[in-house]
Amino acid sequence: MTMSGEPPAMPGRRAQFEAAQRRRSMWVAGVSTTLVLVAILVLVPLAPGWEAVKKSFFNGGVFTKTFPGLLNAFLLDIAIFAWCAPLIALLGLFVAICRDIQRPALYPLRLFATVYTDVFRGLPVILVIYLVGFGVPGLGLPRPWNSPYIWGSLALILVYAAYVAEVIRSGIGSIHKSQSSAALSLGLSGADTMRYVILPQALRNVLPANMNLVVALQKDVALLSFVGPVEIFRQAGVYKSLYANFTPYVGAAVIFLAITIPMTRFADHLMNKRRKQEQ
Amino acid sequence: MKKVLTIMCASLVGSAAYAADNCAAGKTLNEGVLTIATGNPAYYPWVMDDAPESKNGFEAAVAYAIANEMGFADDAVTWVRTSFDEAIQPGEKNFDFNMQQYSITPEREEMVDFSLPYYSSAMAVLTTQSVADKVGAPTLDALKGLVWGAGASHTGASMVGEVISPENDVLLYNDNTDVTAALQANQIDAALFDLPTALYLSAVVVENGALLGQFPAERSDNPDQFGALMADGSALKPCVDEAIQALTDSGKLAEIEAEWLQAATGVPVIE
Repeated sequence: MTMSGEPPAMPGRRAQFEAAQRRRSMWVAGVSTTLVLVAILVLVPLAPGWEAVKKSFFNGGVFTKTFPGLLNAFLLDIAIFAWCAPLIALLGLFVAICRDIQRPALYPLRLFATVYTDVFRGLPVILVIYLVGFGVPGLGLPRPWNSPYIWGSLALILVYAAYVAEVIRSGIGSIHKSQSSAALSLGLSGADTMRYVILPQALRNVLPANMNLVVALQKDVALLSFVGPVEIFRQAGVYKSLYANFTPYVGAAVIFLAITIPMTRFADHLMNKRRKQEQ
Repeated sequence: MKKVLTIMCASLVGSAAYAADNCAAGKTLNEGVLTIATGNPAYYPWVMDDAPESKNGFEAAVAYAIANEMGFADDAVTWVRTSFDEAIQPGEKNFDFNMQQYSITPEREEMVDFSLPYYSSAMAVLTTQSVADKVGAPTLDALKGLVWGAGASHTGASMVGEVISPENDVLLYNDNTDVTAALQANQIDAALFDLPTALYLSAVVVENGALLGQFPAERSDNPDQFGALMADGSALKPCVDEAIQALTDSGKLAEIEAEWLQAATGVPVIE
């Protein structure tokens, strides 16, 4: 055997070929990406309306004047997000468990959970925000209990908890029946089986899916502006109307992306990690 | 046959009116036709019953007066509807000019053109009777303690902060309907509107609505003056300005104002 005499560090012909292939495909990818970027950078400004679009959407002067105000308004988005997210997680978990209840006596809870998820998953978020944000305070609640912050947030919580509940339920469904059978045969109660055996695995399974909802929630917080709070989207709208210019919206988009892109990457990372664990 | 005759007559009238006018020739969207935009919906008392063609309502009447002054007969005027955002978006406009209580500001003038003002509005405080009773005399100090709201795209939104600087955060809304909903739900105590709109809302829309008073135009850094909005660099602007100037000089504008906005007098002034 002639091959056996070669040092092991030397790449074989197959490895050399594969390396060449990799180099070639990287080169092709690099060239095509550059071509597309150059085409965009050269062709878009050639469009007859580009100057007007640039003035309306990418106006440096308006951007620098409005960006600090937008950042400030974004703090309110973060605050709303911060108090909504834990409540959504709790309510979602509660509803998911309710939907899985087997005891006949507790059937009303199960029915409630089913109707709840059906209704709130089926309604547009903005409609719920209007209905709850204006409707409930309209019943004549005294201040501060009629605050749009409270009821607007509640609307967000109701809608998002319905989605989270469905995600968690699918997680519970993904745990094999043998797990609960084994736990019950060891003498654990039904509640303990759920608490110590099913949920820890189920929640881990659906973590990436829930991360996607977290990203979506971060954006939908802006919908609260419809019932009054001046958060970033509304502030951008005020600037838009003040300057008759859409650049503040672009500024708001930049701020949103600065938060949501890392979050999305993190969700991807979690998903990849899970996939590797499963292999 | 009758139809053909009508069209012929219409085009005759149109071309006659058009020929008499030199300024607007070749500058309108469609030759011989003046395309005017208004809001969707257009609100009382600016346009009555959301029907600008009826010439009823202040802006509808002013629009036809301007058109006539520019040499367009009434039937050479067509109406389109736009939102605020459509009016300021870059690209071709689908109107010759746009009238929906656009306040003239230097910042906006960088992006679009405005005609000379056709109305100067005082800002008025819309509230409910129960709040009005509680406040009593509308002093600036008493107003600071209220929870304020305004329409986000109105100049009132920035004026609340500038003139009143209230203690609580101002809440902003998409349109007049949402502001009144918040007022009705007691989420806000008061809202700032131009006087004619405030009068209408307090009389018709808001249950137990009341006006606390009005800010005279000079109290604001920007007196709220309404102008017709046109595309940046519109060739038609000199013609529209000329028409509005003529209407102002002849007293016709004041006449139209007296006809449609006369109720605006008699609201107490906030010192």
